[in-house]
Parts: sequence; C-alpha cells; structure tokens
Amino acid sequence: MAVKSQVGERVTAGESIRLKVKRWAWLAFCELVMIASALVALFPIYFMLVTSFKTQKEYIADRWGLPARIAFDNYVAAFAGKAFGQWFLNSTILTVISVLLVSLCAGLTAYALARMDFIGRRLLGNLNISLMIVPPVVMLVPLFLLMVELRLVNTYASAILIYVGLMMPFSTYLLTNFFKTVPQDIVDAAYMDGCSNLGIFWRIMLPLSGPAFFTLIVVNAMWVWNELLIALVFLQDNALKTLMVGLTVFKSRYNLNIPVTMAGLVVATVPIVALYLASQKSFIRGLTAGAVK
Amino acid sequence: MKYKWYEPYLFIAPGTLILLLVFFYPVVRLFRDSLLAPRGSEMVFVGLSNFRYLFSDDVFRMAIANNAKLLLSVPIMVGLALFLAILLFEQIRGWQFYRTTLFLPYLLSITVVGVIFGYMFQYRGVVNTILQSIGLGALAKDWLGKSEYALWVVMVVIIWKEVGFGVVLFLARLMSVQEELFEAARLDGANWLQLQWYITIPQLKSVIEFFTVISVFTMLSWVFNYIYVMTNGGPGNATMVTELYIYLMGFRYRMMHIASATSVLLVIITIVFILLQNRILGEEGAYA
Repeated sequence: MAVKSQVGERVTAGESIRLKVKRWAWLAFCELVMIASALVALFPIYFMLVTSFKTQKEYIADRWGLPARIAFDNYVAAFAGKAFGQWFLNSTILTVISVLLVSLCAGLTAYALARMDFIGRRLLGNLNISLMIVPPVVMLVPLFLLMVELRLVNTYASAILIYVGLMMPFSTYLLTNFFKTVPQDIVDAAYMDGCSNLGIFWRIMLPLSGPAFFTLIVVNAMWVWNELLIALVFLQDNALKTLMVGLTVFKSRYNLNIPVTMAGLVVATVPIVALYLASQKSFIRGLTAGAVK
Repeated sequence: MKYKWYEPYLFIAPGTLILLLVFFYPVVRLFRDSLLAPRGSEMVFVGLSNFRYLFSDDVFRMAIANNAKLLLSVPIMVGLALFLAILLFEQIRGWQFYRTTLFLPYLLSITVVGVIFGYMFQYRGVVNTILQSIGLGALAKDWLGKSEYALWVVMVVIIWKEVGFGVVLFLARLMSVQEELFEAARLDGANWLQLQWYITIPQLKSVIEFFTVISVFTMLSWVFNYIYVMTNGGPGNATMVTELYIYLMGFRYRMMHIASATSVLLVIITIVFILLQNRILGEEGAYA
C-alpha cells in the first residue's frame, strides 16, 4: 500500500524520516500482533498433531514437546477396533448422497426461482432466506417422532432426508443468485431451438454453473461431515454412527489414552483440510456469498 | 410464456416437498405438541402448563441466562475480527499466510475442536503446563471442571474457532474498497484512527452487520456441539444452554412435551430476531 510519504512534497526531510520511522514501528507492531495471533490459532492444531504421534508415556512426561520419533502406532490402534473404519465409511456415504441430492433439488428450485415466473415465487424466495437461520435443534423432537412413525430411525434415509432439508435454503439461495447471472440471450437461443426448460437446466445452466456447484458441494460436504446433533439422535445404532458421533464415544473410551484419541481426530480432519486445500478460492467465495456482493 | 403454467411447480416440487417435511411439518407439530402432555399412555391437552413448568425450572432459566451470557462474546468477536483484518490490510509481510492461518480453525469440526480443547484445559492439561513453565502456576486450575470458569472457557473456544471467518469476510470486503478513498482521506491529513473511523468502518458496514447477525444466531442456537463435547452442560448445570436442554429433555429424560415447549420458545425467539434484523438492516430484497 502507498506510504504516507505521498502526503506531499512540502514535508521537510526531517519530518519525512520521522514518518518513515513511525511507519516502520507501526508495521513491526502489526507483524508482532499477527505472529502472536497465528501462534494462538495454530497451537491447538499443533498440539493435536504432535500428540497423535506420541506414546502415552511421552505425553505424560511432556505435554507439548515434539515426539521422540514419528510412529503411526496410535493410528493403527485407532482403526484397530473396526468400529472406527465403519464410522468413517458411514460419514462418507451420508456426505456423498445428501450433497448430491441437495445439489439436484436446490438446482431445480433455483432454476424456477431465477428463470420462471409463478405464483408464490417471491414467497418461496423470501422463506428460503429466513429458513437459513432456523436452528435445527428446534425440529429435532417432532422430526424424531415423525421418523419413529415412518420407521426410519436408525436408517441412513432419515439422516439424509433431514440433511438435504437443512441444506436446501442456503443451496437454493446461492444457486438462484448464480443462475440469474446467466445471460438471457443464451436461454432464448435455446428456446428457439426448441429446447425444453428441463433441457435448458440440464444442458445450459448446469455446465455454465460449474464453479457455483463446486463451491456449493464443498461447503455442504464440510457441513455434513462435521454435523453432530442430527447424527447423534437419528443414527444411534453402533453400525450407523458417523465419525463425529464416534469421536465423542472414542473420547470417553480412550479417555486415559489421549494420543490415540488425537490420532482419531487427525483422521477425521484430514479429508476436510484436503477438500479445503483443493478448493480454497471457491470455498471462501461460497462462505462469503451471503455477505460480499 | 415459453412454458406451461404448471411447469415451474414441477421444478420446485422435490425441494419444496423436502422443505415442508423438514421445516414446516415439524414446526406445526411442535406448536400442537407443546400443549399436550402424557397422562398414562395417552397425550392430553394441558394448555400452557408445559410452559409453566418450563419457567419454574431453574435449569431452563440457567440455560437462557447462559445463552444471554454467550451473546457477550459477539462484540468481542466482531471487534477482534475487525482489528485483525485492519492490521492484515496494512499488507505486512506474509499477510496471506496469516490469513490462511487464522482461517484454519474455522475449517475444523466443532467436535474435533471441542475434544482438543477439552484435553488442553484439563487440570493436568497443556494450558496449565504452559502457565507453570512461565511462572504463572498459581493461575492453573481445572478450567472446565469449575462452574465459575467453564462457560467463559467455552466462550474463548468459540471465539478461537469462529473469529477467522470474520477476518476473511472483512478482508475480502476491504480489498474491494477503492484505494482512492484512502488516498483522498490521507491527503486531507486524516490520521490512522480517523482513516479507520471515517473510511474503513463505513465501507465495511454491511459485512460487519452480516457477521454480527451470524454471530448472534450462533450464540443463541448453534452452540450445542461445543457444549455437548466439552462440558455436556456441566459442571452441575453451569454450561447448560437451550439447545442442550431440548436434547436432554427429549432424548435423555423422555420429556418430549417439555422439549417441544422449549423448542416453541426458541422458534419464537428466532422469529423475533429475524424481524428485528430485518427492521434494523432493512429488507435485503434478494428476490425482489
């Protein structure tokens, strides 16, 4: 950024030096604050990683030093119970299916909202915005009673259905805004060629909205992967537990062996961080979609 | 019209059906269930007695009070995010690295974060070890095990995890502010503080509002994960919050009618806040 020396040529040499020193001191202060913040932000992550490689003995002797050697024993121990692998698989299945389903449902709804006119369009659009802030916990009890009646408790279907519903408002909002930016000319040309609305959605909107869908898939996948409350209530069966629910079980089981728990946490975190690194730009765009226009 | 009148409805059908099932049916049922209570094996109409029970329950009052206390962290979080974003905008060396670093906690799952901090704040945990090694051993305590501190520790963890989102948000907006605005103010002799007050903050107004609203809703009704993993409401009920109260009433104590009444209150509180937010921020009109 341009420095204050641009204030004008009228400043004397002495003043200009003083300004430079002041500027330098200021930057040094900023840098110090940022280093401190970065340390605070990173320390718990460092703690998790380092501990996951320690033996129990090492951890007790030294809470935050580096491990004597890099060994994957704790990771092997974490997966040894068989349950852990199952939880990992469950989380993956739930994430993939519900994210694909919501992309489709929200895509179709967004197409109608952005490109068609119908009675109730504004109502649906505004409702969508309000629903984004309704806390899921509010629906927990009635949804549970409903799922009991439908005999869907302890099935993937119950959790997937609820996840899709909860992700709908934000997904529809994001896609509607994106679909609105697709030039009308392209759509008109397709109409002329006799393309149906479904055809336009499938052959024009979807391919043109690649980046938006990508963003949406990443944001939603992270949300489902990390979700706890719904999974806790609707997937109580041990064979159906998700990784996040499993980790809370894990924590109490390995309460005395903290390094193994930490290895479990690392395994649960790696897919998310990988997804983030693979999609950094569009991820942030998605998260800030509601705010920065 | 290039399409039949019913065609849009076919497009919105799958999504709307799911919305009806996941949002509307439960909320409608909630209002009914909150007026019922079990008598023997039947549910009978009891008027507002579930709500009367609720307001006479100390645990519930504690939960509401704790959610209110959590709201105190909103100004801290917004202020901190603003401060860090402004410092980063000075484009100090490695600002991109700092931005990524500060954002990292936001990516981690709350469950993971909760477990890590749970161990860090144990009596024999790393926080106390560090305090001892810098000669502040007298401050060491069982952070999450003492009712005076537990909620504040949870608050620190929430801020730690969520502040990075604010920083990224603010920084993104700052970078789109025209440099001329800052230049002009500097030429007019504005000092640093004036620059922030008259240029930065007004330019960031909309994102600051957005982040504030998001944070308020987080503190009111999205803190279940933190509490469940770190303290489960304890010690005693020192960290009880409304969400956990609903969960425990519904699924541990099998008092679904009380859980329903609590949920109704939470719905009403949410609606009030949505209306307030619309009143304060004006209708965004995204679908106008």
